[in-house]
Amino acid sequence: MEQILAFLDDNTLAMLSLLVLSSFLGMEIIGKVPTVLHTPLMSGANAISGVVVIGAIILIRRAEATDYLTLVLGFIGIALAMINVVGGFAVTNRMLDMFKKKERK
Amino acid sequence: MDISNLIDLLYLVSIIVFIIGLKGLSHPETARKGNRVAALGMGMAIVISLFAPETSGSNNYPWIIGAMLIGGGIGFVSSKKVAMTKMPEMVSLFNGLGGACAMLIGIAEFGNLPQGTDMMSGAVLTNIFAMFVGAVSLTGSLVAYGKLNGSLRDNFTLPAPQIINLVSLVGIIALSVMIMTQPELNMALVYALLGLSLFYGIAFVTPIGGGDMPVVISLLNSVTGIGATGAGLIYGNNIMIIGGILVGASGVILTVMMCEAMNRSLVNVLIGNLGASGGGSGSGREEIVKEVNIADLAIQLKYADKVAIVPGYGLAVAQAQHICHEIEAALESEGVEVRYAIHPVAGRMPGHMNVLLAESDVDYDKLLELEPANSSFPSTDVVLVIGANDVVNPSAKDDSASPIYGMPILDVETAKNVVVFKRGMSTGYAGVQNPLFFGDKTKMLFGDAKASLGKLKDEIANA
Repeated sequence: MEQILAFLDDNTLAMLSLLVLSSFLGMEIIGKVPTVLHTPLMSGANAISGVVVIGAIILIRRAEATDYLTLVLGFIGIALAMINVVGGFAVTNRMLDMFKKKERK
Repeated sequence: MDISNLIDLLYLVSIIVFIIGLKGLSHPETARKGNRVAALGMGMAIVISLFAPETSGSNNYPWIIGAMLIGGGIGFVSSKKVAMTKMPEMVSLFNGLGGACAMLIGIAEFGNLPQGTDMMSGAVLTNIFAMFVGAVSLTGSLVAYGKLNGSLRDNFTLPAPQIINLVSLVGIIALSVMIMTQPELNMALVYALLGLSLFYGIAFVTPIGGGDMPVVISLLNSVTGIGATGAGLIYGNNIMIIGGILVGASGVILTVMMCEAMNRSLVNVLIGNLGASGGGSGSGREEIVKEVNIADLAIQLKYADKVAIVPGYGLAVAQAQHICHEIEAALESEGVEVRYAIHPVAGRMPGHMNVLLAESDVDYDKLLELEPANSSFPSTDVVLVIGANDVVNPSAKDDSASPIYGMPILDVETAKNVVVFKRGMSTGYAGVQNPLFFGDKTKMLFGDAKASLGKLKDEIANA
């Protein structure tokens, strides 16, 4: 029990609050989405999950210039997550462009 | 004001931009703008993370910029090249890559733990978490990708999948506990955990039928978001925590909504009984189907008042929606009213068919959703069912033994005439026979949908 309490320092509690609040926010935001938008929304949310790229950036920035293992892992991580980010937003944009009102000829 | 407060403030701004973007994405009128706003938020967050001061390390910018250019370039090019019909696969693949990033961060941070770190600590737990969740998302998404593009067949399954899944999960928990109770870091255990997590992703997705893949992709998307949150906890980075959990929570909601559209529970999807129990139902007796010839159909269509088209994935794959659109135009010029009846799960994902039809310039106002379509069928003269099978299957209403029982369907049999375009008498994606084909008012038009529609178009022009 003491160990568990030691786990829950102030910082952790603040983060837990953040987790709980953002979960509710996420559910509220999505609320009632029409079926037409399920695919683009999934794709857009997918692009946002590429926010993990920031972790890989921090990882590389904190590494020493000679720590090649970390550099290589981080390099691959950034490249893969950037495919997710750029590809994800671009693909979502392409899908949503389809719904644009067409000019009447 | 101290610089780290400024950084946190800037991160907060990008979080707000994110939230506004995601909110916009959930409404049809604001979706395009929402996507751009979300992308802007992401761009801001990335720039901040590049310039926020770090107390240790040597920044290594060349590595970062190189990786960003390579990854961004690949992402951009592939997003331009991918066909609209391949969207679900693409989303799944992208998602797996995000998971891979979370996994790599977890592995690297194990290596970076300072000497003498207490294994029973939040730092170790978050590393384990990011690595596990990321690995599951990676292999799970790759299997989903393979199943959707057909390189992995649906019958590619493991024996007794439920037991394997349970054993793997118990093994993962046991290994995590072992890592945390060791006096110091044992990398062998970490790699064992990594291997088992990768395997678990495969074992978790393989039993699920191809028709349920969109639900699984949505769920895995949510998992990747949670992985990003895990990686965010490692660095105490708020934008990763919030961004990840927003995706995680909205992904769960979206998953549940997709299940509702098919009238199935999430548990039901995950156990994977559709796909698996294919072909079981359907009657044993010989039944007779009636064929229609194209010339007769052309005349019938020309003299109809109302025609409805029910498109399926087969139509889109054959790129036949363009010819379909031409037929629609030809009939409209003869004074025939043509509408498209779109089932919520037509295509490979909910809403996918709307995207595909919009791509070939079909007017948005001509697309009817399930309920208005069903109420318009009784007054419709001819319904053309093209490459759609399961979404018009009346067994969903009256055969409780059918795996698709309870799924809302398009009641095309209430129309005056139904013509089904089909290659042969094979079953659809869900693998069940369709009594509609033997109905009194139903006629079949066998052959490749695109070729048939091409001939039909010529006949309409000549007749």
